[in-house]
Amino acid sequence: MTPFLNRRHALLGAAGLGLSLDFLGARAFAATETLAARRKLVVIVCRGGLDGLSLSPPVGDPDYAGLRGPIAIPAFGEPGGALRLDGDFGLHPALTATHALALKGEARIAPSVATPDRERSHFEAQDVLESGAAVVYGTSSGWLNRALASMGPPGAVKAISVGPTAPLILRGPIQAASWSPGGGAKSDHRLPAILQDLYAGDPLLGPALASGLATVDMSRVAIADAAKASGPAVTDPMAVAAPFRPGLPQARTLGATLAGFMVQPGGAQVAAVSIDNFDTHANQGAATGQLATRLAFVDAFIDGLHAGLGPAWRDTVVVMATEFGRTARVNGTNGTDHGTASTALILGGALKLGGIVGDWPTLRQTSLFENRDTAPTLDMRGLFKGVLRDHMGVDRQALDQKVFPASGAAPPVMGLV
Amino acid sequence: MSVDRDLGAAIAVTRFGLGARPGEIAAVRVDPRGFLTAQIRASGADQPQPAAPTSAQRLREFRAYKMEKKDAKAEGDAKTDPVKMAARMLRQDTGADFLARLRLGATTNAAFRERWALFWANHFTVSAVKLTTATLVGPFEQEAIRPLVFGRFEDLLVASSSHPGMLLYLDQTASLGPDSAAARFVRRSGKAAGLNENLAREILELHTLGVDGGYDQADVTEFARAMTGWSVGRVDHDEEPGGFMFRANAHQPGARVIMGRTYAEDGEAQARAVMKDLAASPHTAHHLATKIARHFVADDPPPKLVERLSAAYLRSDGRLDVVARSLVEAPEAWAPVPAKFKTPYEFLVSSWRAADTAPSDVTAAAQTLNAMGQKPFSAPSPKGWPEEAQAWCAPDAVIKRMTWSEGFAPGAVGQSDPRRMAENALGARLSDAVAKTIGRAETRPEGLSILLMSPEFQRR
Repeated sequence: MTPFLNRRHALLGAAGLGLSLDFLGARAFAATETLAARRKLVVIVCRGGLDGLSLSPPVGDPDYAGLRGPIAIPAFGEPGGALRLDGDFGLHPALTATHALALKGEARIAPSVATPDRERSHFEAQDVLESGAAVVYGTSSGWLNRALASMGPPGAVKAISVGPTAPLILRGPIQAASWSPGGGAKSDHRLPAILQDLYAGDPLLGPALASGLATVDMSRVAIADAAKASGPAVTDPMAVAAPFRPGLPQARTLGATLAGFMVQPGGAQVAAVSIDNFDTHANQGAATGQLATRLAFVDAFIDGLHAGLGPAWRDTVVVMATEFGRTARVNGTNGTDHGTASTALILGGALKLGGIVGDWPTLRQTSLFENRDTAPTLDMRGLFKGVLRDHMGVDRQALDQKVFPASGAAPPVMGLV
Repeated sequence: MSVDRDLGAAIAVTRFGLGARPGEIAAVRVDPRGFLTAQIRASGADQPQPAAPTSAQRLREFRAYKMEKKDAKAEGDAKTDPVKMAARMLRQDTGADFLARLRLGATTNAAFRERWALFWANHFTVSAVKLTTATLVGPFEQEAIRPLVFGRFEDLLVASSSHPGMLLYLDQTASLGPDSAAARFVRRSGKAAGLNENLAREILELHTLGVDGGYDQADVTEFARAMTGWSVGRVDHDEEPGGFMFRANAHQPGARVIMGRTYAEDGEAQARAVMKDLAASPHTAHHLATKIARHFVADDPPPKLVERLSAAYLRSDGRLDVVARSLVEAPEAWAPVPAKFKTPYEFLVSSWRAADTAPSDVTAAAQTLNAMGQKPFSAPSPKGWPEEAQAWCAPDAVIKRMTWSEGFAPGAVGQSDPRRMAENALGARLSDAVAKTIGRAETRPEGLSILLMSPEFQRR
């Protein structure tokens, strides 16, 4: 009884001093540099409904070119043609870095995944994708946050999101760090220290400022590392935030900077990133054009992340998913409308070799979902669960009940890691 | 009121209002509650100045922009200068509307009235995230929300649901009764045509009954059928160009059964009859009362306060002036400890008020709000901006607020004494610890930054 009380008192005392439990937990676990402590997971959410049939064009499917008309990606070897993965599937020609990883067995596609949501509404589908619930508004916390709770005591596994607000996927009881370019408290100013004193007893502002300042410190290292990894192109963090449509050097730097956060001692093992603007209703383009520009951005981000992680890449899995795919047919404005299944990308040095993940339903008219969309053959939750179980060690019961509530019918995908 | 007058004055101005301008708290001290109830008036909220053009004018401009874009494309050049100019014009429209609203917030003497209007604008969210609605948010608030915020909820509901901004934002204009003449016509050309449930669902789920309001998918579909025909007149060839228009040929014929009640076929009035019943439902009363209490008082609102507001709503047939008065009179709303964490919008507006200034550059304000996660007029979904502190107090957001304060303070403080500014901004809510820390500041700007970032200024 006494030791328990002592520990309790110690923790309460620490809280009173403004030291968060998070901090104590991290110290206790940082000592064990085991494989589990080295493993890293990055989840990229592509918002707007990313067109899977352009991301990983099934050029070997006999119906593909006909359905897609002017926006079909040409066959292997043709000008602007798909980058070959196997006899049937390729990657969009803008995804050169991703393709290089795929050739080494470090990138795979799941070409027909979908969340349980079938409404084709962006915000509903994003809510379901990020909350991990089977229905919209099923829960107000994110599945990645609940997964953290199943990876160890609070603070054992740290997480970070990129962006100004906390994305739903990482919201919840575990305090996650967040960072976006362009912040940066100046270290020679007195204000941060003054505020830390004022916030000592503040349960909300205290931990948030402490985490924010720690992230700012880390970001200096991360940005410096990123400069080494991605070349001297862009090192000013403001330059990453400033333009509405940042270019490829910025994307690469952003990826390398995130990697910089993850490879530092005590850095985040889990990260969440959003990339938006995939809602291509009109003029989406083929080998070049609107969507190609966005995919090149994604490719540069992945390339930067890969370079920045260095040797840590072999302990890393990256999953990139979107809320829904798009219609199989090109529409009247050379774009595509909201659909159902899309492609998820799974990357990382920790991947096992293998072909496509899940079955390909084909694009035969009779196979299309509601005569309109790529039919889902794989529940997105099963893909996330496979990665969480085999890579991050989350047990099956927690996955089925807590992380993805009532998802027993969507088993974890085997053999990814 | 269970708190003394000094604290009451500070709470009236900072919690119910948008933060104190110099001298405001002192002036309110005589009668904090009366200061708030005097702001409730039948004519509704103030209109930002200069007033925005009507939504019909904006739709005409948008139509012209689209024609220009089409012409440019036909000529093989997708990026001609006129198109860029038109796009810039659209952005400027939205920017001007937003700046006018910010300035109203920063300068008004009736900030409770303004907060009340902002609450309803967020309750009936129209977001600029779609190109078609990008310039309609300002006109929507001006036409459908502000004049009606102290009237009957039913009128506000109908005004919102029939406004072009809402009809376009939630795809109502695309919804055709499956057995209507319009749908049959579209199908003849081989295209699909039918219901779009988006607006009907959000009216039930977000605007009236609430997610646990006792309706099911069949009720959503029936209500969507009743709403078919609620549309917007085309600017070039309809009798109501750019305004609400009922298209009888798109309306699903027949009686509808919604939550056990039958609504006879009555054209446009069928959906109105449903809305009347929705507005009168105790579920709606409870849902609205919870949201009001959550916005004004605490993320996890006192059940007693929710009951009180709900009862006031039902007793008065949904009169929002009565509900507003009931909020002001509720002792639970005056709890001394501030439980609400300011949103970025509230933080900026209250900072301007504390410094007795108003923004003049919308680009700078927009970039700041964007960086803090609250892009102007662009709520992430029809649910509107989140209320919970957890959403806004992310570590990165706190750093962004601190950085902004440091940039804002030098220009804003001038020759003022930050200790006086703190007393003016927070009155009896200013803690000894913060007052002392400001007193020890090395420079005036540092003193103001400490005030703006203090725990009590970040909350209300």
